Amino acid sequence: MGNLFKIAIRNLLRYKRRTLLTASLITVGVVFVLVFIAVSGTFKNMMIAQITDSSIGHLQVHRKGYVASIETLPINLNIKGGAIAKLETILAEQPEIASWSPRIKFGGMFSNFTETSSIRITAIDPEKEFRTAPLLPARVMDGSKDLKRGEILIPELLARGMKMKPGDIAVIVATNADGSVNGKQFTVTGILESATGPGGRDGYIHMDDAREVLRMDGQQVSEFAIRLKDFGQLHKFSDKLEGLLSQTLNQQNKPVFEIHTWEKLSPFFNIARMIDLMTFFIKIMLIAIVLISIMNVMIMAVYERIREIGTIAAIGTKPGTILNMFVIEGFCMGIAGAIIGNIVGIGLIFILNMLKLTYDFGRDKGIVLQANISPADILVISATVIIVSVIASLQPALKASRMEPIKALRHV
Amino acid sequence: MSLLIADQIGKNYQVGEVVIPALRGVSFEIEPSSFVSFIGPSGSGKTTLLNLIGCLDSPTTGRLTVAGSDVGKLDRRQGAAFRGANIGFIFQDFNLLPVLTVYENIEYPLLMVQKVPSGERRKRVSALLEAVGMADQRDKYPDQISGGQKQRVAVARALVTNPKLVLADEPTANLDHKTAYLVLELMKEMRNEFKTTFIFSTHDPKIVGEAEIIYMLEDGELKGKEIKGGRNNG
Repeated sequence: MGNLFKIAIRNLLRYKRRTLLTASLITVGVVFVLVFIAVSGTFKNMMIAQITDSSIGHLQVHRKGYVASIETLPINLNIKGGAIAKLETILAEQPEIASWSPRIKFGGMFSNFTETSSIRITAIDPEKEFRTAPLLPARVMDGSKDLKRGEILIPELLARGMKMKPGDIAVIVATNADGSVNGKQFTVTGILESATGPGGRDGYIHMDDAREVLRMDGQQVSEFAIRLKDFGQLHKFSDKLEGLLSQTLNQQNKPVFEIHTWEKLSPFFNIARMIDLMTFFIKIMLIAIVLISIMNVMIMAVYERIREIGTIAAIGTKPGTILNMFVIEGFCMGIAGAIIGNIVGIGLIFILNMLKLTYDFGRDKGIVLQANISPADILVISATVIIVSVIASLQPALKASRMEPIKALRHV
Repeated sequence: MSLLIADQIGKNYQVGEVVIPALRGVSFEIEPSSFVSFIGPSGSGKTTLLNLIGCLDSPTTGRLTVAGSDVGKLDRRQGAAFRGANIGFIFQDFNLLPVLTVYENIEYPLLMVQKVPSGERRKRVSALLEAVGMADQRDKYPDQISGGQKQRVAVARALVTNPKLVLADEPTANLDHKTAYLVLELMKEMRNEFKTTFIFSTHDPKIVGEAEIIYMLEDGELKGKEIKGGRNNG
């Protein structure tokens, strides 16, 4: 095999300019894909972190059927009493969980005594919520990041529209479970910037205030937001938790809880998917570049060496050996392109990080680009390039191996 | 026992709808260690016959036995294996591999065809390099040596596998007269040393005399056989 490699490399070096051009083309493709994956992946991860850490959490548990009606924030589908305790016991036993936060969500009217608008309220236990959505306090653009009883964090949208500022008094009016209407006065403690997600009209109050407004008897929770220690374990843990929760059944013998990861709760998942799709198409382009360039070079190589093929076939070289000879040439070009591409690509990513380029995302200005590529991505791209190089060489190599020596020797 | 038995072999080529007979019922026998030449004008069937003997093509009719094998019945893979084990080739254009040195070109059949261990390879290649007088050129590439030297290397490559038979189609056609004689002398020496049968084709009357047995071909038919020192028609 070593001799086949020696012959293949010498044949590649025989046409230096052509080999260099092809290897350069593959290199450029690999560099482009690596840098794109590094930059888009970093942007995607930042976006996911913003969405999950500032509002949604990594995953959420609701009462079965809640998410299907989530637009109306139905308080009659809250998790109640014993089910809350049971769920909290299960959550407390999971080592993968960093924190969880119970929330009561409801829709209501928000008034500053001169104007009234609709509002979506998320009632929280601030301590638990700030652990589960650690970027939430950072969204407070004006006023206090604290939230005590009798206080409300209002969305920027309402604050601007209704000309409200921290310290102003507002009233929340909501319909409770039995259909009666109740209201409570709050002091605006802070103005929240819009979350990157369905948070444009979301205000935050204390959990105890929500119980008061909604005149709740006993414990009720609309959702549990959960933050994991390792976001990479999201789907594995989601499956595990789903299995555990499915054992809790109601009187109709149906599961009490439903579990959703952030992807199913945020429309931004589609943007993340679009980034993945773009990455996929970029990879397809790389495959096309490698396939076409290697195939082109190998077809030329076979055509130019027909008499040589005839000679080695005549002196007894088996068709399989001739096939290997040409496949190895493609393989070597793929390896060279992948190695140089990886070195240049990683170097370029390093330079990008050194330059500390900044970009804006929503209201976040001047986010420093921290492009990152995982060893797994490097391995997958390298393996793809090498495998495609071999596949691209197969057809010309097969043609060479099947050549009749007598015809090949006559070739001029 | 004869090394080669041709029994009424014929070869037809189809060009469009026309069938062109290149060989018509040719029969002969060649003994081991012979030094044989097929002569005749262009189109007489010399190359076709050498291609059949070398298992590069199969006869349309008749039976051709080389080293005990009916070569007309070998498939591609068997043909390659048979050539690798029994036949050496010397080409008119030398056909050395340009990416290999003189040493590596001679070594190639041992390395890639017969898979001979390295010690044995080294011994055989070095011996042949000495025998053909190319030991001092061993690290040169084909484009760094002359035509005559290339053909010496080709002779060494053909002999390195210890074949029973070496086929040379117009081996001196691209060489000047002096070099052509030298190459033929070398082939003869190699025959004497290795007891290998050499069959070559030529239409150069000046070097025909070097052969010990001469077969004359014309229009695809064997017109005569001459053994050095006498002539034997038919």
